[in-house]
Amino acid sequence: MATVLPRVHSPAKRKGIRRDHLLFLAFVAPNFILLGAFSYWPLIYQSYLSLTNWDMISPTKRFVGLGNYHYMVTGRDFYRVLFNTFYFTGAILLGSIVLGMALALLLNQRLRGRTAARAIIFAPYVLSGAAIGLVWAYIFDPVYGLMRIFLNLFGIASPNWLVDTTWAMPAIIIVYLWKNVGYSAVIYLAGLQNISQELYEAAKVDGASALQSFWYITVPQLSPVTFFVSVTTILFSIQAFDIIAVMTGGGPVNATTTLVWYLYEEAFISFRAGIAAAVGMLLFVLMLMITLFQVYFVQRRVHYS
Amino acid sequence: MAMTLDKPAQTTAGRPTWRVAAGHFIKYALLLLTVAVFLVPMFWMFSASLKNLQEIYTFPPQWLPATPKWSNYVEAWNAAPFGRFYINTLITTSLGVASEVTLGTMTAYAFVFLPFPRKDLLFLVLLAALMVPIHVTILPNYLTVARLGWLNTYQGIIVPGASAAFGTFLLRQHFLTLPREVLEAARLEGASHLQLLIRIVLPISRSMLVTVGLLALVSKWNDFLWPLIVTNQTRMRVLPVGLAYLYQQEGTNQWGIIMAATIFVVLPILLLFIWAQRHIISGLTAGATKG
Repeated sequence: MATVLPRVHSPAKRKGIRRDHLLFLAFVAPNFILLGAFSYWPLIYQSYLSLTNWDMISPTKRFVGLGNYHYMVTGRDFYRVLFNTFYFTGAILLGSIVLGMALALLLNQRLRGRTAARAIIFAPYVLSGAAIGLVWAYIFDPVYGLMRIFLNLFGIASPNWLVDTTWAMPAIIIVYLWKNVGYSAVIYLAGLQNISQELYEAAKVDGASALQSFWYITVPQLSPVTFFVSVTTILFSIQAFDIIAVMTGGGPVNATTTLVWYLYEEAFISFRAGIAAAVGMLLFVLMLMITLFQVYFVQRRVHYS
Repeated sequence: MAMTLDKPAQTTAGRPTWRVAAGHFIKYALLLLTVAVFLVPMFWMFSASLKNLQEIYTFPPQWLPATPKWSNYVEAWNAAPFGRFYINTLITTSLGVASEVTLGTMTAYAFVFLPFPRKDLLFLVLLAALMVPIHVTILPNYLTVARLGWLNTYQGIIVPGASAAFGTFLLRQHFLTLPREVLEAARLEGASHLQLLIRIVLPISRSMLVTVGLLALVSKWNDFLWPLIVTNQTRMRVLPVGLAYLYQQEGTNQWGIIMAATIFVVLPILLLFIWAQRHIISGLTAGATKG
């Protein structure tokens, strides 16, 4: 490609460029070798494993074609797992957008102590999910937990949160949101501060109410932020593991088994490598689709607006 | 920072003062309520870590123990080898952070300041790796690590996550904003790229390096799934996995001891966050608004 343009370089300069190319390679090589070995190669290896039947011990892997995928989509558990994953991800998505925006609006008011409040709301995001999960397992104790007092205030009896197939998932969702909503709040806050004040002043001159300003200025102006928050929330919440691991272990029965937990169980508890690999490929394709959607959407927005 | 948070002063003229006061009251009440939602569980963790069993098993619960039972911390420390867990986490976190910052810096420097044909495409290959989180590839990566004989070793925990994709992205964004004239001038005076990187680029990028390092530190310290899979000996467990192990051992009735152990895991990061929250938050929002 470089030969198309008749650029004349002195031999010394050409040598310098060659040396810079080599230096480039030397600088990026360690990172790319690691990414190749632990991000790209495993995808190839996993797609092969997903076509085999293997217990992770025996020396031979039996080729079964699409048998694992067939087993996966015809198994009764699978749809429950898929449902759980969408239930969890959907609730987290909705909560991150609504609560994240609400918290950001509150933190954007000129109130004393809001910088400290922002730090407090964000703090759980940086803490260990396993630790947070344990704190909340205690809070959700149906007899001695804090949640029981809170519900008693409204005259509601506490469910058996973590051992009840109906309430285990909402409990996990509450904990995950509590830990991570500070992240979307902070992103929304940055977005709010990028909205031009002139828009609000113009609306005020035209006699718009606060609610109208919010609906016709704030929400549309925040739409790129909402989009970013949605994509990252989906990608992260699909991977949620540590909170589920310490609080419910995918149970009771399989009420909180999501795709990632299912993958972990198939691979490291049931030692069914083929099924686990098929689940892994499904997860990857899901995430790839979300990312491609994002790339497509962002490019279109950049080109046509 | 406090300045940028402030909106331009709005005129309150024309609105009855009682409505302004009521508005303020409602806003402060909401702020207080929100802060309580986030502080109470943290407070509960600290207070429970100092309670005896009797104080834990009363309803309605007691907010504070009558006399703080510090021995919960001693019992937790002895119930599982937490000293060992700390050493393991310190080793894996510090080496992991060092590797991510070093590789991220070198890669970002190369992409911004060194020539290479079609390096834009190569950069896309790097970014695409963000779409392949370790959660998706735990099985094949476990098999690789097992074949290398790295199960129950530090390198088994560290190396698969040692590459830098997000860190490279943040650093590249930052390097692109650096004044090129300064670097060109130094080049003309005969400085090599390595000298440029160490003497000029690194010192003026200190704040971004700290941000990238802190983000890496938080994620490595809290990492759970990967260290869980590649270790099965108690002496090789890291703090979060060790905590889950203690919880399994003690069962759900020793909340005082378990909360004390939880604080072992959480406290260092909590203190770090209080000290450096601006760096952490700014790094994450920079990634969002520039991505």
